[in-house]
Amino acid sequence: MRRKLYILIGILLVAGMVLAACGKATPTSAPAPKASESSQNNAPAKTSAPSAKEITVTIGFTQSKTGKYNEESTRQSDGLDLWIKQINDQGGIKLSDGTVVKFKAVSYDDESSGDKVQQLYTRLITKDKADFLISPYSSGLTSSAAIISEQYGKIMLATGAASDSIFKKGYERVYQLYTPASHYLTGAVDLLQSLDPNVKKVAFIYENSKFSTAVVKAAKEYAEKKGYDVVMFEGYDKGTTDFGSFINKIQDSGAEAVMGGGHFQDGSTLARQIYEKKLPIKYLALLVAPPDPSFADLGDAALGVVGPSQWEASANYSPESAKAAGLTWFGPTSADFVKAYKAAYNEDPDYHSAGGYVAGLVLQKAIMDAGSVDPAKVKAALDKMDILTFFGHIKFNTTDAHGLQIGHEMIYIQWQKKDGKLVKEVVWPKEGATAAPLYPLKH
Amino acid sequence: MMDALIRSLIDGLLLGFVYGIAAMGLTLIWGVMNVINLSHGSLIALGMFSVYYLFVGLGIHPYIALVLTAVLGLIFGVIIYFIAVHRVINAPELSTLLATYSVNMMILGIGTAIFTTTPRNIPLDLGSIQFGETVVTMTRLIAAVISVGVAVGLFLFLKYTRPGRYIRAVTDNRDAAEIVGVPSAQVLALTFGLGTLLAAVSGGLIATFFPFTILSGETYELKSFVIGVLGGLGNPVGSLFGGLILGLIEGLVPMAMPTTWTPVLEFVLFVLILLVAPNGLFGGEE
Repeated sequence: MRRKLYILIGILLVAGMVLAACGKATPTSAPAPKASESSQNNAPAKTSAPSAKEITVTIGFTQSKTGKYNEESTRQSDGLDLWIKQINDQGGIKLSDGTVVKFKAVSYDDESSGDKVQQLYTRLITKDKADFLISPYSSGLTSSAAIISEQYGKIMLATGAASDSIFKKGYERVYQLYTPASHYLTGAVDLLQSLDPNVKKVAFIYENSKFSTAVVKAAKEYAEKKGYDVVMFEGYDKGTTDFGSFINKIQDSGAEAVMGGGHFQDGSTLARQIYEKKLPIKYLALLVAPPDPSFADLGDAALGVVGPSQWEASANYSPESAKAAGLTWFGPTSADFVKAYKAAYNEDPDYHSAGGYVAGLVLQKAIMDAGSVDPAKVKAALDKMDILTFFGHIKFNTTDAHGLQIGHEMIYIQWQKKDGKLVKEVVWPKEGATAAPLYPLKH
Repeated sequence: MMDALIRSLIDGLLLGFVYGIAAMGLTLIWGVMNVINLSHGSLIALGMFSVYYLFVGLGIHPYIALVLTAVLGLIFGVIIYFIAVHRVINAPELSTLLATYSVNMMILGIGTAIFTTTPRNIPLDLGSIQFGETVVTMTRLIAAVISVGVAVGLFLFLKYTRPGRYIRAVTDNRDAAEIVGVPSAQVLALTFGLGTLLAAVSGGLIATFFPFTILSGETYELKSFVIGVLGGLGNPVGSLFGGLILGLIEGLVPMAMPTTWTPVLEFVLFVLILLVAPNGLFGGEE
């Protein structure tokens, strides 16, 4: 009897060890985009044939393959993967001393969770020996990741993270590519003012998250400075699905314009419910959700909704405009990027995709400028960076809020109807507009 | 202000009916079997996914998909009963609590693996009707009507059909019912099936107007507990009224204070009712 028990315990122990071994997280190597030949022609920078010394740099990041950031995060990673694929396909980056640098991505699913992000970035640094890090998507997750990257002294390019506060903690090695949150909706206020000077009552309704709160606080201050009466300023919990009570409250407040939102899911749900309830407002500007191509799935509920975007394919940045502004141009043009991205993923890129790609591009430029992959030299090159790319102007704060983006500017899009189909048009700033704004909102 | 109150009132009431049948599923199982079904929330979520996939995948209209979901819910409930609950039905209540909790964890685990936690939306737009300044979304109105229909159907079933009478007999006194030839195991399985059916149908209805994930059921399970206690645990009709009260709270409270306070008030009420009237406002276990 006892012998049998020992055997049983033995079997259980072995089985347990096997299961534990299987259960370990396996790094998901970045899926190679279905690149076509055309994508190689649009490679970001020219390099020559491989030389004697070749090194492979590991880029570590997490992707929200599940959870609420899935949509945005996937596009961001797709953009980054495209850059890696292009660089490696053309034989890597050749440095001044003849060394050829190639890239390898290691990524994990962070499940859109901050706790998970910290575990995974620690793992990326200590186990996978990542040389450089790219942030996860969203300010909240990036804020968690930045603590770890800074602790281990790793350079992290923060894309998909607009919150200003991350850069006011004295970090020295985190660099922001997006326009910071404090400038996200201010243009939407300017646009409203140019459209209808008679509108005075504005309601702000926003997700209780680091990013959205930072955006609306800055926008509220700006709107009040411009003479607007902020009749409602209220946050909703993450994951809210029923906006009925908020919509009733907005209607009761007499607001003529509504601004706010948070991320894709809540923003599109809010737009849908505002449309279904025929809320009598003239102007609706929401964060994050409208520029996403999936926003068009809302059908007529998307019509007329304005959204700030970090980048649009139609944005007019070119080597010529770089020359005019006295900046160095670097990387592919918007048209080349869009073509390569479409060939790889069979869909249009949005600003999250461009943000992912440009993170790689900026790292590439820094490594080229530094002539080395030595972190200290790359950091010095990033601090000095002042370039124009297809994504816009890139320049970092190096004084009071180190790493904060100070070059890049937002553009504003609106969903309009052309020949019965929903199309995204750039409506602000005026210089970059592709169509006249649709106003007022029709429900 | 008056308009705003009326709008909130209507919104709250419509939603309240749907919450009501979700809670009815929970409270039916409690009343008949003395089982607290902790897999209730995940069964609501499965109802959401069932309607979603029948519509998006097979092109079946959501309201027809709802009928299929009800049938699937009933069958699934009976299966859960025989696998997880039947063996422990006579054991202390803690055993059935843990058994249903395990079922819950299994559904959530498998569901997260299959469906991921990416939110889904059923793209159903039936327009809305307008009375003056008040706009009522059709999907919510239809959901409320269906909920009332389901509640009436359940009432008639329990009152006038043979299996319904069996269920009431087992509720009153299981031993006595068995002595006079009521097949109690089948009756309990049927009850669990009905409870699951109600959870799935309410989930399916909610999915026609709110986005959801496999984890969304938890919110509605908590609401179901509050409603169950309000209406009296084990009293299905009380649940419908409990649902209306909760819907009203959700509609009206945000008019007076920040919306984030709504759940706080709901659970304060939950504790108060347990302290003051433990049998609920409408009496328990009828």
